[in-house]
Amino acid sequence: MNYETVIGLEIHAELATNTKIFCGCTTAFGDKENTHCCPVCLGLPGALPVLNKKVIEYAVKAGLATNCQINGFSKLDRKNYFYPDLPKAYQISQYDQPLCEEGYLDIKGDFGSKRIGITRIHIEEDAGKLLHEAEDGSTLVDYNRGGVPLIEIVSEPDLRSAEEARLYAEKIKAILEYTEVSDCRMQEGSLRFDVNLSVRPEGNSVLGTRTEMKNLNSFRALVNAIEDESKRQIEVLESGGEVVQETRKWDDVTGKNTSLRSKEEAHDYRYFPEPDLVPVVLEEEYIERIRKELPELPDKRAKRYVEEWGLPEYDAGVITASRPMAVFFEECVKSYGGDPKTVSNWVMGELMRLFNEKGAGAEDIPFPAVYMADLLKLVDDGTVSGSAAKRVFTEMFETGEQPKKLVERLGLLQISDEEALTGIIKRVMEKNPQSVEDYRAGTKKALGFLVGQTMKETKGKANPALVNNILKKLL
Amino acid sequence: MITKEDVEYVAGLARLELSGQEKEEFTKTLGNILEYVKQLEEVDTSSVQPTAHILPLINVYRDDEVEPSTDRERILANAPEKLNGCFKVPRVI
Repeated sequence: MNYETVIGLEIHAELATNTKIFCGCTTAFGDKENTHCCPVCLGLPGALPVLNKKVIEYAVKAGLATNCQINGFSKLDRKNYFYPDLPKAYQISQYDQPLCEEGYLDIKGDFGSKRIGITRIHIEEDAGKLLHEAEDGSTLVDYNRGGVPLIEIVSEPDLRSAEEARLYAEKIKAILEYTEVSDCRMQEGSLRFDVNLSVRPEGNSVLGTRTEMKNLNSFRALVNAIEDESKRQIEVLESGGEVVQETRKWDDVTGKNTSLRSKEEAHDYRYFPEPDLVPVVLEEEYIERIRKELPELPDKRAKRYVEEWGLPEYDAGVITASRPMAVFFEECVKSYGGDPKTVSNWVMGELMRLFNEKGAGAEDIPFPAVYMADLLKLVDDGTVSGSAAKRVFTEMFETGEQPKKLVERLGLLQISDEEALTGIIKRVMEKNPQSVEDYRAGTKKALGFLVGQTMKETKGKANPALVNNILKKLL
Repeated sequence: MITKEDVEYVAGLARLELSGQEKEEFTKTLGNILEYVKQLEEVDTSSVQPTAHILPLINVYRDDEVEPSTDRERILANAPEKLNGCFKVPRVI
């Protein structure tokens, strides 16, 4: 039997505010434990939270960028549960009246274009961090992250594969980066995914029992966890069993997921309106002002690349998927002044190859976009050959040096001096009399061999077009 | 009316350990409170919006400006147990 996987994603993103959601403590990452805390974020008796204005602005921005309705009336609620990462024993979140509802995003892949519904986006506070390295096996708690503002973006169960989930999550990340709502530093936990997943026999309209996997913090983990859990559920059904509704834990190291807690122990959060905070009422005028502030979003940018610069749709999609990449690309195009497709070819070929090799992204490029433009110009004016330029590019990615200096240092200056080349080519012809004879006898492909030998002789530095011309003349 | 099981469930959520006698007692007294409050159900509220807050205030914000946090020593001063600048709690998974 064939099965269909049904996935909904909850994405938590830390907002790019300077301070926490309800107090003036900094949101800076990586400082000493418990140095960004105060009575408010620790929930000490008598301390009162006051909502950070910027949090509303960022959440509305995220909502508008994902085609959501912005609710004119919204409130905060208490979600009650005991866990050491939550000093107040409740999390201030939003329950039945979130800021944003009913949005959507379009994703593109081999399946074509598909619309993914967004149920809601609400604001809430992050929890502290549990550390498990204490020698005596106890748990240590660092509350620096406690009270850092989050938005939770909840999708409809519209996703059908790990691939679709990845594309959707990448799109959300790109939008949050473009709007500068979140820095989306995944290694710092700024963007985390919860997966709700069920399977059902193909053609069946009733949803199967779902499980939840929380806090996946990379796209790789997201894809692997979905594939593994989908396979597990199908195996359970195939062997005549039943899927149990539960929370499961994905282990990135072992690549396996295991049961964490079953529904019997599931939490009853007893939400109620937060008495310490007053409602948020947003005027139409405010919402429209934020809408006007929205930057050009990835889809629109990709469309511009295709329509105005003639890029293939696929290339435009890849380049605009990351804001730093798109910014780098555009700066390069501007500085280069030539065909944007030349730049795009280098990005899609050489740059992506290096990204894959090094596990890097556009934010890790060690040289300014101008350097890449300069290198392309050096190819255009014949200073270096295309293949030599690739070597320069690889080296540039290591050292961040200027292309001109690298060309000199690596001795890759292209030989375009006709006299010098003629001398070299004559030597090549003397060494390969058979090929010369073959060509003269009509075997045209012998020319290619002689060009190749000349390139070898010059260590790839000869101007290939010129070599061709000279060879033809001498033959 | 509420049952003893309701009391046990709520006590569990609140991490309260109750004796058999307390369970009986709270079943009665909590039940009485709920019965008393139940009188409100006689009021027709079909045209009334739920109250989100009892004060007639909206949009109370602060600006996104960093203020000094509290010294770590003071933060940890009342912690029953601490280690390496952290609060120390029993092991959780």
